[in-house]
Amino acid sequence: MSRFREVVVAALVVFAAAPALAEKLGLGREASPQEVAAWDIDVRPDGQGLPKGSGTVAQGEEIFQTQCAACHGEFGEGKDRWPAVAGGLGSLKNDRPDKTVGSFWPYPATIFDYVRRAMPFGNSQSLSPDELYALTAYILFLNDVSKDPKLELDERNLASLKMPNADQFYDDDREKTERSFWNRKPCMKDCKSKIEVLGRARVLDVTPESKTAPRVD
Amino acid sequence: MTDRVRENSGHGGHPGRRPSRRQLLTTTAAGLVVAGTGSVHAQSPRKPVIANAKNQPPNVPDWSKVLGDGVAARPYGTPSKYEAHVVRQDVEWLTASRESSVNFTPLHELDGIITPNGLCFERHHGGAARINPLDHRLMVNGLVDKPMLFTIDDIKRFPRVNRIHFLECAANTGMEWRGAQLNGCQFTHGMVHNVMYTGVPLKLILEEAGLKPNARWLLLEGADSAGMTRSLPLEKALKDTLVAFKMNGEALREEQGYPLRVVVPGWEGNLWVKWLRRIEVGDQPWHTREETSKYTDLLADGRSRRFTYIMDAKSVVTNPSPQAPLRYKGHNVLTGLAWSGRGTIARVDVSLDGGRNWRTARIDGPVLEASLTRFYVEFDWQGEELLIQSRAMDSTGYVQPSKAELRKVRGVNSIYHNNGMQTWLVRANGETENVEIS
Repeated sequence: MSRFREVVVAALVVFAAAPALAEKLGLGREASPQEVAAWDIDVRPDGQGLPKGSGTVAQGEEIFQTQCAACHGEFGEGKDRWPAVAGGLGSLKNDRPDKTVGSFWPYPATIFDYVRRAMPFGNSQSLSPDELYALTAYILFLNDVSKDPKLELDERNLASLKMPNADQFYDDDREKTERSFWNRKPCMKDCKSKIEVLGRARVLDVTPESKTAPRVD
Repeated sequence: MTDRVRENSGHGGHPGRRPSRRQLLTTTAAGLVVAGTGSVHAQSPRKPVIANAKNQPPNVPDWSKVLGDGVAARPYGTPSKYEAHVVRQDVEWLTASRESSVNFTPLHELDGIITPNGLCFERHHGGAARINPLDHRLMVNGLVDKPMLFTIDDIKRFPRVNRIHFLECAANTGMEWRGAQLNGCQFTHGMVHNVMYTGVPLKLILEEAGLKPNARWLLLEGADSAGMTRSLPLEKALKDTLVAFKMNGEALREEQGYPLRVVVPGWEGNLWVKWLRRIEVGDQPWHTREETSKYTDLLADGRSRRFTYIMDAKSVVTNPSPQAPLRYKGHNVLTGLAWSGRGTIARVDVSLDGGRNWRTARIDGPVLEASLTRFYVEFDWQGEELLIQSRAMDSTGYVQPSKAELRKVRGVNSIYHNNGMQTWLVRANGETENVEIS
């Protein structure tokens, strides 16, 4: 009897679970090496995925002024509410931290990867590998990651540059550091003695300054 | 009796126009004296709707005398014109452009657990792509036996499943870390929606390409002009991640990733890559811009948590709330939503006195894993000031913390994952405001 029940339960579990297949369905087709090469544009921190090419700080500055400065400012300081790409070094513990490529981003390869896929805003995937190396070199120079105005980046040296904030990231530890939030018996009666209103929502027509406003960019 | 109800009121109003405090007050005061017959509920964002006693008992209204529209009038139906104020809204100052921006679900206008497709909040990094499904391809490459290309028709020939899940942006409530700021649960909590997805378990698609033994991570990439990319641990991909093509029974909306999006149950919305065009299999994460510069949580010590995928238990009272003030004395219905990325909602407690005393809310409707869950508290109100809070508890025993408890661990600069308890102050005239309390 109990054996029978086990079988029934097992059968139900199989039914409820997502379909599992032992064999391939024969759907789709193989992608050709050319198709993969054309779409596979990602770059990892270790440099995997970097295309052949090179670019200098000076070349990067020229491209930055024509392609990027309208939003990010001549020196990467940011314009209006568009993000700054330089500055803010050492500000992360401040009341108002300034998170930029130089002050916050952990890996130089991420600049190359992101600019390659998403920039210039509204004209994505338009820059050549040489232009991307040059822009990355200029942005790193703006941030003093390299102080060499003659810096030339290519697929061999880009990943080796160390960003100031690289070691300041760690994996999610909420289940350890926020263990106190697991509490099976929260208070139900007379939980507080004094309740004070500390702050009120400002109405929607308050526009905070660009540098201090919370952002979801 | 006819009451002129607010134009562009705190109920929502036209996107881009802002309700003023004065309009809120006027409306609420008018609402309170309404006795029932002459009450006016809905209004278009521009034109006030006026009740007409000629359509009320004992008279026979116009619509009972004349023919209505025929069946061909609306090949694809839309809500009544009296519901025209129920729309997504954005906060223009929040971002530099509307193509890389967000708008918010009008939670205070909805009930049950399912979000209608046209009201699901939008978050784009390079605008909503418009894709011809016949030209769209999903590529799977990297550490696979055979790199593959799938058409949408191929995807629809895989075995499929139906799952109801919330999607919450990690930055939902992110504007509130330093204190009460936005007046309306649409703005404080509206970066969440709950949809039934039809899609293919990602596991089946990966098996079709064949995983190499050293496969550990996936890169999910969108076909939009941001080429949105996130790294996903393979374990999660094989467990319950879907590649969806339908939402609430119909094709995904363009702004939700038509024709394909990823569904990552219980995990932050940014991972649910829309317009999915490519999945690369690798042995380590990519540390893309969206998981380094963004979607990492900067703590007070200057260090940052990364890969904070799970959305912790959270809840909010949607009514009353600043955009949905109390309008009547006597019997009232309080309602809200609770959700957890770690499992199901086990219980929701509600306080009307700022957290001094709590009562357990009544949950109604389906209680599902990583899904919005609807709760209610029926109560009597005689015009006393209320400080309303809700507190969700999930199936793992996690209890939604207060904002103070959260700030103690996280500081105020982490932007993401603010799941602290919300407080609404209801005044004697019914006006409701977002406040922060001790």
